[in-house]
Amino acid sequence: MKTDDTTVAAIEIRDLHKSFGKNEVLKGIDFHVDQGEVVCVIGPSGSGKSTLLRCVNRLEEPDSGQVVVEGIDITDPETDLDQVRTRIGIVFQQFNLFPHMTVLKNLVVSQRKVLKRSKAQAVEVARKNLAKVGLEGKEDAYPAHLSGGQQQRVAIARALSMDPDMMLFDEPTSALDPELVGDVLEVMRKLADEGMTMMVVTHEMGFAREVGDKLVFMDDGVIVEEGDPAEMLANPQHERTQAFLSKVL
Amino acid sequence: MKRSTKQRLTHVPLYLVLLGVAAFLYFRTDWAAIGANFFAPEGMGRPWAGEWGTWPDLITIGAFNTIKYTVIAFGGGLALAVVLALMRLSPLRLYRWMGTSVVEFFRSLPVIVVVLTLAFGVPIAFNWQWPGGSIQAGLVALILVGGAYMAETLRAGIQAVPKGQTEAARSLGMSSGRTMITVVLPQAFRIVIPPLTNEFVLLLKDTSLLFVAGMMIDQRELATMANAMTVQGATAGTSTSFTQAAMLYLVITLPLTQLVSWMERRQQRAR
Ligand SMILES: Nc1ncnc2c1ncn2[C@@H]1O[C@H](COP(=O)(O)OP(=O)(O)O)[C@@H](O)[C@H]1O
Ligand SMILES: [Mg+2]
Repeated sequence: MKTDDTTVAAIEIRDLHKSFGKNEVLKGIDFHVDQGEVVCVIGPSGSGKSTLLRCVNRLEEPDSGQVVVEGIDITDPETDLDQVRTRIGIVFQQFNLFPHMTVLKNLVVSQRKVLKRSKAQAVEVARKNLAKVGLEGKEDAYPAHLSGGQQQRVAIARALSMDPDMMLFDEPTSALDPELVGDVLEVMRKLADEGMTMMVVTHEMGFAREVGDKLVFMDDGVIVEEGDPAEMLANPQHERTQAFLSKVL
Repeated sequence: MKRSTKQRLTHVPLYLVLLGVAAFLYFRTDWAAIGANFFAPEGMGRPWAGEWGTWPDLITIGAFNTIKYTVIAFGGGLALAVVLALMRLSPLRLYRWMGTSVVEFFRSLPVIVVVLTLAFGVPIAFNWQWPGGSIQAGLVALILVGGAYMAETLRAGIQAVPKGQTEAARSLGMSSGRTMITVVLPQAFRIVIPPLTNEFVLLLKDTSLLFVAGMMIDQRELATMANAMTVQGATAGTSTSFTQAAMLYLVITLPLTQLVSWMERRQQRAR
């Protein structure tokens, strides 16, 4: 049920607030991702990047503000959340593959149970996506027998198997050994080239510069600065952005 | 003197004490009485004699019923445990409260009190008979008590499944019920297999309490049957049947407890 109306933003967030107890983590965020756009989010640890990403499919319950996904307000209690979630693929830092299922089963199970696809169709989609992330032949392996980089690529393939309209990545390479980061970034780059709408929380500045259409810098629950990645990385306007980038670059 | 030699020398008094106790017991024990009472040849020496009250009956009736009752109590208890554990983890306070009450209630009572209450108290109170006889009341009691204990084990297992698993399932569009069935419970069961096997062994031993509910002759389990055999049958007048029952309990439970410790060792290594 993809909307072809490209005037509707993929993700539109207005004045989003979120607290954990007394700790206000998001202090009025306005944020949007257009269809086909790749938006990278950077910022120091604890600045609220994961919380923002998780609010997009209501893994975190926002306190106030609006989260509109393809024109559908997901904070509206009437919204069928499970249905909206099938259109948003999420890739987590810790992979979160189902350890008691083979790779193929990981990719097939939600297609079968949620999208009600036939077994043959689900397996076909799963194989196609495994090939896409360079892991054909690993169908029968269990996640524990794969390297971190392979697990993360399986996680990407699992999300893609639901044919989502957009993909959200929360520091997808932060838990990986350095030599395994490249393979995962390569897959993400390919996705971006195919026109996938993406929101990527990352510390990989190279990826943000080369692949991102827009860069967003968050600090302490607010968006401090956003703009063209190459420009912003070379010439940050805001003091806090400068301070952060001088540490990580 | 070498250090190890010295150490061994300090052990000598310990061995002497043991030897002394053993010698004392050996000379004070009436070996003839033990032989005649606990190892009567009528029971021990003629394994397949065919008279009532020897090995064949003890196995085909006693051990068979013990295992049957254990499987029923464990199966029913596990099903109940899943329901109680999910109630205790429910977002609804009322469900949590009800789950907790049932669990705490049945964990606090001696099994025998639950058996007696269901077998005799309930029929008197409601002027009603258990359709399957009072043995059914006893089995329901074991299911309730076993279910209460296993609910706690299972709840811990469910909570031990990382939160990321639920989040991954939910973000793939699975409902919370679907997530529980497809993703969380299968992993939780894997975590709790060792404690559940222990619960199986405990239930197996608790079946020996069912006799207080009263049972027909062919419903007797191992302990009750052995008790009856002290007054009737080939080894009547001796305690041989208890020896035989004990051997059968060991044959059933030892492999299980060994299996559990093997599984636990393996799990520890996997960490
Ligand atoms: N479930 C939670 N309960 C309480 N505090 C949380 C929870 N999740 C995140 N936080 C807090 O919110 C803040 C922002 O966290 P997060 O969004 O994970 O930041 P980032 O991803 O930028 O490192 C941190 O101070 C963190 O401790
Ligand atoms: Mg984070």
